[in-house]
Amino acid sequence: MQDATARFFANRIAVAALAVALGIVLLSIVGPWFNPNRPDTLDWLHVAARPGTPNAHWFGTDRLGRDLFVRTLEGTRVSLAVGLLASTVSVLIGVGYGAIAGYIGGRTDLIMMRIIEILSGLPLIFFVIFVTVIVGRSVYVLFACIGAVAWLTMARIVRGQTLSIRQQEFVEAAVACGATPSRIILRHVVPNLLGTVVVYATLSVPQIILLESFLSFLGLGIQVPSASLGSLVADGAGELQAAPWILLVPGSFLAVLLLCLNLCGDGLRDALDVREG
Amino acid sequence: MARLTAMVRYLMTRLAMAIPTLFVIVTITFFGMRAAPGGPFDQEQTLPPEILSNLQTAYGLGLPVWTQYLRYLDSVAHGDFGPSFKYKDFTVSELIVQGLPVTLTLGATAILVALVVGISIGVLAAVHQHSMLDHAAISLAVLGVAIPSFVVLPALALLFGIHLHWLPVAGWEPGQPKFLIMPVVALALPPLAYIARLTRGSMLEVLHSPFIRTARAKGLPLRTVIVRHALRPALVPVASFLGSAVAAIMTGSLVVESIAGLPGIGRYLVQGAVNRDYTLVLGMVIIYSALLIFMGLLIDIVYAWLDPRIRAS
Repeated sequence: MQDATARFFANRIAVAALAVALGIVLLSIVGPWFNPNRPDTLDWLHVAARPGTPNAHWFGTDRLGRDLFVRTLEGTRVSLAVGLLASTVSVLIGVGYGAIAGYIGGRTDLIMMRIIEILSGLPLIFFVIFVTVIVGRSVYVLFACIGAVAWLTMARIVRGQTLSIRQQEFVEAAVACGATPSRIILRHVVPNLLGTVVVYATLSVPQIILLESFLSFLGLGIQVPSASLGSLVADGAGELQAAPWILLVPGSFLAVLLLCLNLCGDGLRDALDVREG
Repeated sequence: MARLTAMVRYLMTRLAMAIPTLFVIVTITFFGMRAAPGGPFDQEQTLPPEILSNLQTAYGLGLPVWTQYLRYLDSVAHGDFGPSFKYKDFTVSELIVQGLPVTLTLGATAILVALVVGISIGVLAAVHQHSMLDHAAISLAVLGVAIPSFVVLPALALLFGIHLHWLPVAGWEPGQPKFLIMPVVALALPPLAYIARLTRGSMLEVLHSPFIRTARAKGLPLRTVIVRHALRPALVPVASFLGSAVAAIMTGSLVVESIAGLPGIGRYLVQGAVNRDYTLVLGMVIIYSALLIFMGLLIDIVYAWLDPRIRAS
């Protein structure tokens, strides 16, 4: 573990990415305290104003005169929250499913993996679009849909790892001692999966943020007056010619955040020496 | 020859399986849409009951759901996707015929660009490992995977469309490829980056394997070794990524078409679902599923060509 930490911190790119990502998280939490504007106040005197106009509009305002700095930070918070929560859900489901399939094996494993295969063959964004339209648009539906889509990769990776862990001596010893399968899975298999799970959980956060912003961009995710980075980018895309900053501010937050999270995940993977696939 | 017939038989089975698959998808979509609250004629202003019932009779919505379902299946089997509820003067088939060529051109070009450029970059980076080119390729791979197409496309439009006036900002005129350049780049970038990364990784592995050393030892030039020997095994991971790449490009084209103002079929899926335009959504689902199944078959063929072990089994 100490080796891994040392390896991670020796990777300058990963450390820089981690610092920037943490900086964005921190800024999204404390930033609004330093700016007098509220995310839903309309400043009619400064509509679609350039960055740096008076009234502390550091990043300018949007078409309705809402302050972009505060609003982008709010969107970042929402996107991060969705990413973290949905990836927690997907980790819990994925690890449970994968570990059970891998440990029990046999026909159970075959059927469980067949289900995953079928599900991952479908373009799940259509499924998500469909469910949000049928059930209605709410944050909970969004969470459930994204979580339901995101666990597939995790389950497949965990199963692969479990298959190799299952064959090791300490599991055999536990079986010989009379430990039940559920105890072996919880106490012996899952702890040994930790590295893999940490890496893929980290990598799944940017993927989920991307998925959420995609849905919000289509108008199926976060609803007004709330905002996520995706819906802010969608707002800005319509004003590209007249006021490009409405797009560029949330767009660059999204791009930098996703990039840094991906780099952190890559760094963790190298540090923990987790094989891809 | 025996192998070839086995392959053909396998593909025929897959094709035969496509019909029940489509049938199940259509059934789920049909009843899912009907179970959802709201209907195609909901408006801000409520229609007078007589008009509403006339409309419902005209579109066959007054009949029992099962009868509607059977009638729909019958008309689809005859190649008729029915009238659209929202686009009043059009049938769904007409909307598809208008939009599909644009969507297909966009998607196919994007996949081709992603494959050709991604593989080339990956191979070059692997051959010149640790060079500037390699570092540039790795950076491109990381950036391309991280940045979504709906940020890339507006940024491109801002730079090349609004500031430099090199390319049209958005829009579409038939037969004018310049309208497709930026959408294709934005759409192709994420899979391109991933393909470059996959190719680089597997190429490095293949280049260190004994049969490549043998080929080099025979005195074959590096170029020949790569093209004739190393490329095929190195592309196996790319082929297994192709399925997800196709799905990614299909979903990506939903937003790219809307940003770039391309008259493809992408907009009909989301709009149709929001409007409860039953026939339009069903038509879209059938078209997209059929496309996916077809691409899946194509990928299987490529896979079998790349990896002889798969052909055998």
